[in-house]
Amino acid sequence: MSAQSPDNIISHGRLTRALIYAALILFAVFYLLPLYVMLVNSLKPLEEIRQGGMLNLPKVWTVEPWLSAWSTAQIGVQPTGLRPFFINSILMVVPAVAISTVIGALNGYVLTKWQFRGSNIFFGLLLLSCFIPFQIVLIPMARILGMLGLAGSLWGLILVHVVYGIGFTTLYFRNYYENFPTELVRAAQIDGASFFQIFYRILLPSSGPIIVVSVIWQFTNIWNDFLFGASFSGAATTPMTVALNNLVSSSTGVKEYNVHFAGAILAALPTLIVYIVSGRYFVRGLMSGAVKG
Amino acid sequence: MSFLKISNLRKSYGALEILKDINLEIEEGGFLVLVGPSGCGKSTLLNTIAGLEPITSGDIAIDGRSVAGLHPSKRDIAMVFQSYALYPNMTVAGNIAFGMEIRGVPKEERDRAIKQVADMLQIGHLLDRKPGQLSGGQRQRVAMGRALVRDPKLFLFDEPLSNLDAKLRVDMRTEIKRLHHRMKTTIVYVTHDQIEAMTLASKIAVLKDGVLQQFGSPSEIYNNPANTFVADFMGSPAMNLLKGRVEGNGTGLAVSLARHEAEPLVLAVPHAPGNLSAYAGKEVIFGIRPEALTDPDGADRNARTVAEGDCLIEVVEPAGADTFAVTNLGGKEIVARLRADVPIAAGQTARLAFNLDKAVFFDPASQLRIA
Repeated sequence: MSAQSPDNIISHGRLTRALIYAALILFAVFYLLPLYVMLVNSLKPLEEIRQGGMLNLPKVWTVEPWLSAWSTAQIGVQPTGLRPFFINSILMVVPAVAISTVIGALNGYVLTKWQFRGSNIFFGLLLLSCFIPFQIVLIPMARILGMLGLAGSLWGLILVHVVYGIGFTTLYFRNYYENFPTELVRAAQIDGASFFQIFYRILLPSSGPIIVVSVIWQFTNIWNDFLFGASFSGAATTPMTVALNNLVSSSTGVKEYNVHFAGAILAALPTLIVYIVSGRYFVRGLMSGAVKG
Repeated sequence: MSFLKISNLRKSYGALEILKDINLEIEEGGFLVLVGPSGCGKSTLLNTIAGLEPITSGDIAIDGRSVAGLHPSKRDIAMVFQSYALYPNMTVAGNIAFGMEIRGVPKEERDRAIKQVADMLQIGHLLDRKPGQLSGGQRQRVAMGRALVRDPKLFLFDEPLSNLDAKLRVDMRTEIKRLHHRMKTTIVYVTHDQIEAMTLASKIAVLKDGVLQQFGSPSEIYNNPANTFVADFMGSPAMNLLKGRVEGNGTGLAVSLARHEAEPLVLAVPHAPGNLSAYAGKEVIFGIRPEALTDPDGADRNARTVAEGDCLIEVVEPAGADTFAVTNLGGKEIVARLRADVPIAAGQTARLAFNLDKAVFFDPASQLRIA
């Protein structure tokens, strides 16, 4: 993986190089433009935004909109800022990601190393769950949450996200463990290791890349989810995305665009951080198995 | 009393029968080699002994105790895998000690056992490395160390040398043999390489399509193959198998072999196997190994029956120690193994000596040896 030969299909002429970089930079600018607009406008006073010139740098720099979005902005009826909802999202995302990843890993382990009659059909059904649109399950899910007494609670939301995530996490781990040598499991069996000992002593230590993939995927999806958050959360358990919507679409008073921009960046920040910290593992994990490393 | 006894073992996946009524046994300290072409069921047989795959019927007993149905870890066995199966996240020492760790052996005892095994296999300097940092031969040693440290009743080897390069393979083969000598343990060893089987085994079991073809000592397998498959599979270059006609000439038997553009070659067989007379006037398959087909001066002087005949040499292949000559008899290409410096040329007729003590005959219909 590390020492790649310098020969590849693309020639290394200077002109080609320049063209490639020019194109890349152009696209990068294009994709970064919205972020730029959000960032500069979140640092301007409201009057400056009203004067137009969305792309201009602020004449007067201020962090006031950020502080407001975080702790004092009017969301719904209360002037609480986004902070409590940010905490709600964290409290929802962390267990949901952890539980769905662990279940996915166990499923992948069983589906590849402890195959049973019908395990492929079982896997197929799990895969199918990846393709079910969210909207279809809203009403049945609401029924089930009500029956379980979890309606409007954080654990209800966590359950919904875990159920929806298992299909994907199982797919990731199954494909990853498919290439994991079965002889290792057999050697461990002869060494006397139990089902779970084999899992956490032999397989899990080698699963770094795919755990990262699963965590990023699940974190991004659950953090960014709006539909489930809007449908199943109560007043005290509203996640960040729904709160942001409430902030932006509040119909009372003036539209504080700078505060909205700051809030939107705050809402996007955790996924950005997760991706930046572990992004290179993400690509490596997605590619593993596709190409023999 | 046999140490490992496999009786009437059958194994099937659904309707597909992989192992068909296998009966084998080996005494304590023996070295049993399971050999056969790929897909013959030899690895499956080993896995059933290990307990990694359940058996459909029959029984496996180790040291007088039936182990059928027991978990692999309860069978008192150790296994060396083809891919070595070293745990990639653990050091060499961790790999060797993993089984003991699981069984709850105290740390001091584990360290002592690791050191002892490492000394024996000369891998002491590698103990802190990860398997990824080792060469193929070193991995092989570690895998053996992991098996040795258990001190099991039975060692199982699943094609342990097939991932090594040719030279290292020969070295490790010698090492395994030496280890077996010193440890006096019982070993079951799977390979598709008939030379490995010949050199290592005290008993060889030849399998094909899940059926045990022959079970015996290496010399029995080599000299008295039970059928044409075993004759052809064991030995390199392979045994010459050609059609011949048995002729009874009043006093004894002879075998007549068709020659290319010449009168058939008729070889008298005074020490023929008893049942051959029943084939007088019929066709048989005549088998002779290349080393029993030599130049007249190179023939075995102690052989009771050596017949000579002129054959047209088609190809000459000097191989250094020997020269191989290809001729055509009975409608097939026949390889003779001559001394290195024999003056012989392709396209000429040369006199070849047939050591008929070593010749075997097979029934053309059943392919079984005529005893």
